Amino acid sequence: MSRNLFLGAFLSSLVVLAALISFVWTPYDYAALSIPEKLQPPNAQHWFGTDHFGRDMFSMIMVGARTSIAVALVAVGIGMALGVPLGLTAAARKGSWLDEVIMRGNDLVFAFPSLVIAILITAVFGAGAINAIIAIGIFNIPVFARITRGAALSLWEREFILAARVSGKGAARISAEHILPNVANLLIVQGTIQFSLGILAEAGLSYVGLGAQPPTPSWGRMLADAQTMVSFAPHLALIPGVAIIVTVLGLNLLGDGLRDWLDPRIRVARA
Amino acid sequence: MLRYALKRLISLLISLAVASVVIFAVIEVAPGDPASFMLGVNAQEDTLAALRAELGLDGSKMQRYLNWVGGMLVGDFGTSYTYRTPVSQMIADRLWVSLPLALYALTLSTVIAFPAGIYAAARRGKPGDLVVMGSTQLGIAVPNFWFAMMLVLIFAINLRWFNAGGFVGWSNGMWAGLHSLTLPAIALALPQAAILARVMRSALLDILGEDFMRTARAKGLSRRQALWRHGVRNALIPVLTIIGLQFSFLLAGSIIIEQVFYLPGLGRLVFQAISARDLIVVESVVMLLVFAVITVNFLVDLAYAAVDPRLRSRT
Repeated sequence: MSRNLFLGAFLSSLVVLAALISFVWTPYDYAALSIPEKLQPPNAQHWFGTDHFGRDMFSMIMVGARTSIAVALVAVGIGMALGVPLGLTAAARKGSWLDEVIMRGNDLVFAFPSLVIAILITAVFGAGAINAIIAIGIFNIPVFARITRGAALSLWEREFILAARVSGKGAARISAEHILPNVANLLIVQGTIQFSLGILAEAGLSYVGLGAQPPTPSWGRMLADAQTMVSFAPHLALIPGVAIIVTVLGLNLLGDGLRDWLDPRIRVARA
Repeated sequence: MLRYALKRLISLLISLAVASVVIFAVIEVAPGDPASFMLGVNAQEDTLAALRAELGLDGSKMQRYLNWVGGMLVGDFGTSYTYRTPVSQMIADRLWVSLPLALYALTLSTVIAFPAGIYAAARRGKPGDLVVMGSTQLGIAVPNFWFAMMLVLIFAINLRWFNAGGFVGWSNGMWAGLHSLTLPAIALALPQAAILARVMRSALLDILGEDFMRTARAKGLSRRQALWRHGVRNALIPVLTIIGLQFSFLLAGSIIIEQVFYLPGLGRLVFQAISARDLIVVESVVMLLVFAVITVNFLVDLAYAAVDPRLRSRT
């Protein structure tokens, strides 16, 4: 196991663990206001200090991990659930009008950065975590469609696929039984990278107020609140930022490590 | 080449047309009537009708779509629902902040990434390479708006070298303007520079393994000469593609950074428009951003094909 894989797995599981534990235990109630204790720097009672309402930062970071992971994970799920079948179909019908339509559609969605999709959705339906998920999820679809198609195309040239065709299997069955298992590694690696991009995107969206709404804690929101207090309470800005960096760094290292471990030939697209 | 350019141009126009339909359709779904939103609940029916006519809100969906697109083609983006001023004027004012910011950041990112990537590739596997690769790994993980807040904390609040926010305007001279865009540009540039440096390094490493590099060494060039004359030049092709892509990401990314520095750019315009339900402004800014992304990609494709004829057969 490489150093990247080990460090990445360690950092990522740290964050996932914090999110899971937060369902059953946090040091304090993350929403409990305690004005007399406001703006404390990190100390023995409040490990990460308290915010301007006296809320415990450590508890908020733990619950915030939940929001980040949920949004990014569901967004990857949307991207895979729609993108992978599209990519498989395009590859199976290479050169047909269907392939052309799918690929042109991909190009079109690529022209909308996730922030722009979020702006459009929010302008129409209002802000919220669900809309952030949809925006990041839509952005993920062409990413998965493209890499699935690319990998599937080269597989279709291989002899074991020819054997499957000779034995009478249709394109759909071959895609599901032979192509999909062979692109799974690639999808896992790309999924990890999109997961980390999703964490960053969620933080950005909730920072500008297009993501999770209060009282749901989210790291981006905490940073937005911290902005006016950064001169006298820098820990409010430092801690959520470090939480984001640790998560994204962990997932990126995990993705790189998984790639080297599963198949060094895989090339990952990084937008 | 001309055939290829023409083909790409047609697909560019189709993409733009489809994108405009999608944006228009999404905005159409929005609940509420802008006219009654502007005039309040007590407005008379005939005043409402007059305002709708003035804003071009009467008529069928098809008519309004054609008006919107037709107007944009001649630079008329309609009238803002809240400010009652031409949207094109509002966007043009804001672009004077957002566009220089994106270009400034792109320049910084390139200036940082090129030497870093070349240095790392030349010292592959050595400590220098590891340091550069480690920093880029970190750079990719840092959210640019958080980095911006840290820059404000250090360079504006503690050291007082820069203002914490706001834009002095170009009327105070180019240097004053650039000075107030410096921190935002650094914040935007560094994460992009991290990605670009990695692309530069891996492009260069691919080239260094090529036969012509060995030939260059064999005919007597030093390692350094071979690297610069043959290596870097050839690595530039993939790197330029990424730079082109990054420009559109920087333009979109500046929307968030503008919030950190209270810059009067496209970002503030669009967020104010969202909260004021000034949908025509949102619609136009989104169309402009998508136009920028599609057009830059088109130009990059053309440049790519001009340099490398093999790509012209691929559509």
